[in-house]
Amino acid sequence: MAPDVTTAEPADGVRAPAPAGHGRRPFGRFLRWDVLVGVLLVLVFLGGSAGSPGFASIDNLSFALGDLGEIALIALAMTMLVVAAEVDLSVASVLGLSSALVGALWDAGWAIETIIPLVIVVGAVCGLVNGLLVTRLGLPSLAVTIGTLALYRGLAYVVLGDRAIAEFPQQYADLAVGDVPGTPIPYPVMLFVVLAAVTGVVLHATGFGRSLFAIGAQQEAALFAGIRVKRIKLILFVLSGTVAAFAGVVYTLRYGSARADNGAGLELAVIGAVLLGGVDFDGGKGTLGGVIAGVLLIGLLRNLLMLNDVSTEIQSIVTGLLLIISVITPRLVAAVGQRRRSAPPTSSPAPPES
Amino acid sequence: MLTFPRRFASTAALLTMVSLGLTACGGTTKDSAPQGAGTGASAAAPASADPSAPLKEGLKIAFLPKQINNPYETIVDKAGIEAAKEYKGEAKEVGPSDASASSQVSYVNTLIQQRQDAILIAANDANAVCGPLKQAMAKGIKVVSYDSDAAKDCRNLFINQADSEDIGRSQVKMLADMIGSKGEIAILSATANATNQNTWIDFMKDELTKPEYKDMKLVKVAYGDDDDQKSFQETQGLLQAYPDLKGIISPTTVGISAAARYISGSKYKGKITLTGLGTPNQMREFVKDGTVQQFALWNPKDLGYLASFAAASLASGQITGAEGEKFTAGRLGEYTVGKDGEVILGEPFVFKADNIDEFDF
Repeated sequence: MAPDVTTAEPADGVRAPAPAGHGRRPFGRFLRWDVLVGVLLVLVFLGGSAGSPGFASIDNLSFALGDLGEIALIALAMTMLVVAAEVDLSVASVLGLSSALVGALWDAGWAIETIIPLVIVVGAVCGLVNGLLVTRLGLPSLAVTIGTLALYRGLAYVVLGDRAIAEFPQQYADLAVGDVPGTPIPYPVMLFVVLAAVTGVVLHATGFGRSLFAIGAQQEAALFAGIRVKRIKLILFVLSGTVAAFAGVVYTLRYGSARADNGAGLELAVIGAVLLGGVDFDGGKGTLGGVIAGVLLIGLLRNLLMLNDVSTEIQSIVTGLLLIISVITPRLVAAVGQRRRSAPPTSSPAPPES
Repeated sequence: MLTFPRRFASTAALLTMVSLGLTACGGTTKDSAPQGAGTGASAAAPASADPSAPLKEGLKIAFLPKQINNPYETIVDKAGIEAAKEYKGEAKEVGPSDASASSQVSYVNTLIQQRQDAILIAANDANAVCGPLKQAMAKGIKVVSYDSDAAKDCRNLFINQADSEDIGRSQVKMLADMIGSKGEIAILSATANATNQNTWIDFMKDELTKPEYKDMKLVKVAYGDDDDQKSFQETQGLLQAYPDLKGIISPTTVGISAAARYISGSKYKGKITLTGLGTPNQMREFVKDGTVQQFALWNPKDLGYLASFAAASLASGQITGAEGEKFTAGRLGEYTVGKDGEVILGEPFVFKADNIDEFDF
């Protein structure tokens, strides 16, 4: 197995023109899953606006977007990790640990301006531990982060125990729940937009981003091409921990309650959104746009189902099915595309369908 | 070029210095800060109550339990929904499938959008639900907490099943009677943050400081998270960790029945005394097979019924939630709003082998 490094599978969404000779995909543009998720999102939005009073209200949308804040933030870092064929299951536990630390230190009389940067540094260290275990010991990230998922959550309980700390300063609580003056856009959403733009550029328009796709598609090839795979992965894990800790601060202030069990299970929502957005769990494929559409689709769909008094069980069945479909469909599409591409060579200059 | 870890270390150092600098300049601490809860947009100024106002017809009322499919909460909410028929209102139950602090928040938002007349909530976390509940009140929606209270300024009324002090102290008395006020005891609670459980446990601990309990020692408070399997395992763990344990108090319906199931099938049956708060239907077999002699509870149907009428009285303008106001809760008769908007259903009721068959819930 000696793949030509220079033509290592360019990931979907990389805007650079496909190298000559690389299979043209006449249907690729239309059958791409992330585009489909976007279309689905628009349909849910239009259907909801037309059929459910209250759905399209500014209050509701602002709330629904704000409610997705932490998931969306963590999903940015998770997208980069999954594109590089790694995963971080400990993010929700880092969020919980960060929330517990905020609570414990605040209760001990520390200044919130000290607590926030400190907690974010702790998150980075959590990510560093994950990253070192994966890159230095060569352990699979799934196993490592299942371990640290339990470890960090345990630490969160050590830090704060079973207490719930409330009553954070008003001006910081306002930052977490308030809207940007003159707009219905919550601050965390604004922050997400900025970070998403940065992440989008990094992932899809820089060498660093391309190297993530290369690592995810073919790690050996990426190594031979001179990409510093271990170092890049370490950076990604540190980033993931940092973002998760920051999300923990936002979460704590937004709910006005610091607890060790905050965000339990959130990692599944994040990974669900990343997969729904069309990022291949095996790495190397996906777009940030798809992930953002995925986060919004899950959030708005859930909001819409709740407004229509659909029970929690059915909500869970709907999102579950959506996830399974999102994993199956791109593979089906790929299989169909494969068949078309391997059609008799006579059809290649002018596809009979066109 | 610096290697990554070194660069990381220098960043961390920089951040630490920056934060220390900020502290030195005097940051926002717990003692200096204007605080979040209590200073936010407060509810609209209370209108004056009109005790003679009739209950409005067609009121939209929603029950938001700690979690749906919790047998106890289902009983309470069903009774509240039934009660709404008496005043010709529309009531429903919605809620999350997990009892975490934040999962109720999106439901509160949904109920605001649906323009309910009243929201009844059993709060998973007194503060996490506070912001949205204040928004609801600002929009004229009445908020009644039941079973587990939200922060005081985030609801109009709290329907308390029984006086917390009575519950806590009576649980200790009940167990002390059965074990002769002697030996090690443990508590098997629900989630670590459940407001009601923790209040009761505080009163239990206080009761235990009295001289008549000097030979009783609380060795551990375990948490079963209102999850049957976890409560079962926690019971197992308690009995293994404390071989001299004489009694367990489980002030949660999920906990006590899981504990009873474990004890009845283990070598500890007859050696360990279990009591707490449970429902007759869940505990019937364990009372009959001798695992449990007695346990207590209020009538959850009455709790839901009372909460439903209280919400209707608020939404109809009969009461505002101020201390001393009176309202009539259908067949249960007249109730008075106490201090801090608290309405107490009544005293805990003790179930034993000779009366348990009179109850079906």
